[in-house]
Amino acid sequence: MSQNMRPPTLKITPEEYKDLSTKLTPKPTVVKNCIWAFFVGGLICAIGQVIINLFVAGGLNPTQASTAATALLIFLGALLTGLGIYDEIGKYAGAGSVVPVTGFANSIVSPALEFKREGYVMGVGARLFTIAGPVLVYGIATSIVVGIIYYFLH
Amino acid sequence: MDLKRVGNQTVAFTSPPVILASYSVVGPMEGRGPLGKTFDKVWQDNINGEKSWELAESKLLQEAMQGAVEQAGIPLSDVDYMLAGDLLNQIISSNFAARKLALPFIGLYGACSTMALGMAVGSMLIDGGFASHVLVGVSSHHDSAERQYRLPTEQGSQRSLSAQWTVTGAGSVLLGQSVTGPRITAATLGRVLDYGETDVGNMGAAMAPAVADTLLNHFQDLQRQPGDYSLIASGDLGMVGADLTKEVMLRSGMSLGSEYTDCGLMIYDKSQDVHAGASGCGCSAVVFAGNIMQRLKAGSLKRVLLVGSGALHSPISSLQGESVPGIGHAVVIEG
Repeated sequence: MSQNMRPPTLKITPEEYKDLSTKLTPKPTVVKNCIWAFFVGGLICAIGQVIINLFVAGGLNPTQASTAATALLIFLGALLTGLGIYDEIGKYAGAGSVVPVTGFANSIVSPALEFKREGYVMGVGARLFTIAGPVLVYGIATSIVVGIIYYFLH
Repeated sequence: MDLKRVGNQTVAFTSPPVILASYSVVGPMEGRGPLGKTFDKVWQDNINGEKSWELAESKLLQEAMQGAVEQAGIPLSDVDYMLAGDLLNQIISSNFAARKLALPFIGLYGACSTMALGMAVGSMLIDGGFASHVLVGVSSHHDSAERQYRLPTEQGSQRSLSAQWTVTGAGSVLLGQSVTGPRITAATLGRVLDYGETDVGNMGAAMAPAVADTLLNHFQDLQRQPGDYSLIASGDLGMVGADLTKEVMLRSGMSLGSEYTDCGLMIYDKSQDVHAGASGCGCSAVVFAGNIMQRLKAGSLKRVLLVGSGALHSPISSLQGESVPGIGHAVVIEG
């Protein structure tokens, strides 16, 4: 902000304004958000477990069953995104629907839908990982570091 | 030559331009809100058969501007200048609407303050003798704004409680000379103020100081008080910004009373769960072109001060950590 403003000027300094603004801005409803996230996130995981059990009952071994269940949950997340339902769930559930693998599907499918109008190369192709990209970059980078540490410890 | 300037920042028009007609077009969500019946046209869905959100927004603007001209009953060719602006990069909604209307075009950018800015500049063109009819219009679209400024529309994330909802809508006014009708008598163009707000989820807090500064200068320039107005409406400060403006004004020695409101608090009701209120160029434009114009014409409002509020940042500047500069432009409309 310019120091030499022609009067009349506001009788409040940027520091005082910051305090006032913090006072008048509503605080996030942390407890409510946590409860929502806990139950919706838990529900998604419970559904995942039910699917795993069904696959095991159908004859897959546990490793195959959890891989198949993950694929099915990704499909469901993508489907609900396409139907315009997942963002409504996310509005209430927050981290509860972002963290599970369905949230990952949502973060890939939503840019795919949004940027399709810019074409399949510069739209969908280039923008597909706008949200998931950072997660992948730092997730993979972290896994490499952890892998190296594990290698030397064993 | 006589200057029409009063005080530091204000112009007082010697033959005040008249608002010959106004027209508003909104999306379905705005149509369901408390002001639903005051809009001239409500779309059934957000895209209305267009290929993209951007083209839909441009169509909104085009319909609003054509609507104003038709309502005034003059041929389109009588319009000397089209003044328009919006929030999208390179103001493409306005450019594309101007491609259809094929009028001499001045593109404006004042972020969400563009309606008030356009009315001020349009009035200067008319009172200055450069035009007999000026068509002013602005638009915003929830989905085109979301994808440019924030996230893909189907991404399931939580918005902060201070966040505002971009209005899908366009408003337009046709300015000219006439004996009757609401007149634009003065305008105070604002200066850019930045009090250091960096939270793009709290636009109201970023814009409030600029609006307060414009109000303060407006009242000093014209030697008026807030009580001299039957309505003082800021553009889209929302709940947080409106409270901040009142408090900052109070500390600067001027109290805003019950005549003060914010257009961002009028469009949606609580059940629509938009958090801190409405925003976007379309916000003040559709409230003014609908509700406020109707009350001016009915005589229930005598003198209105519309203060458009704009946040002059871009997604890039915010990612680079820059704070959000704000601006406020005020126009006086008398019934």
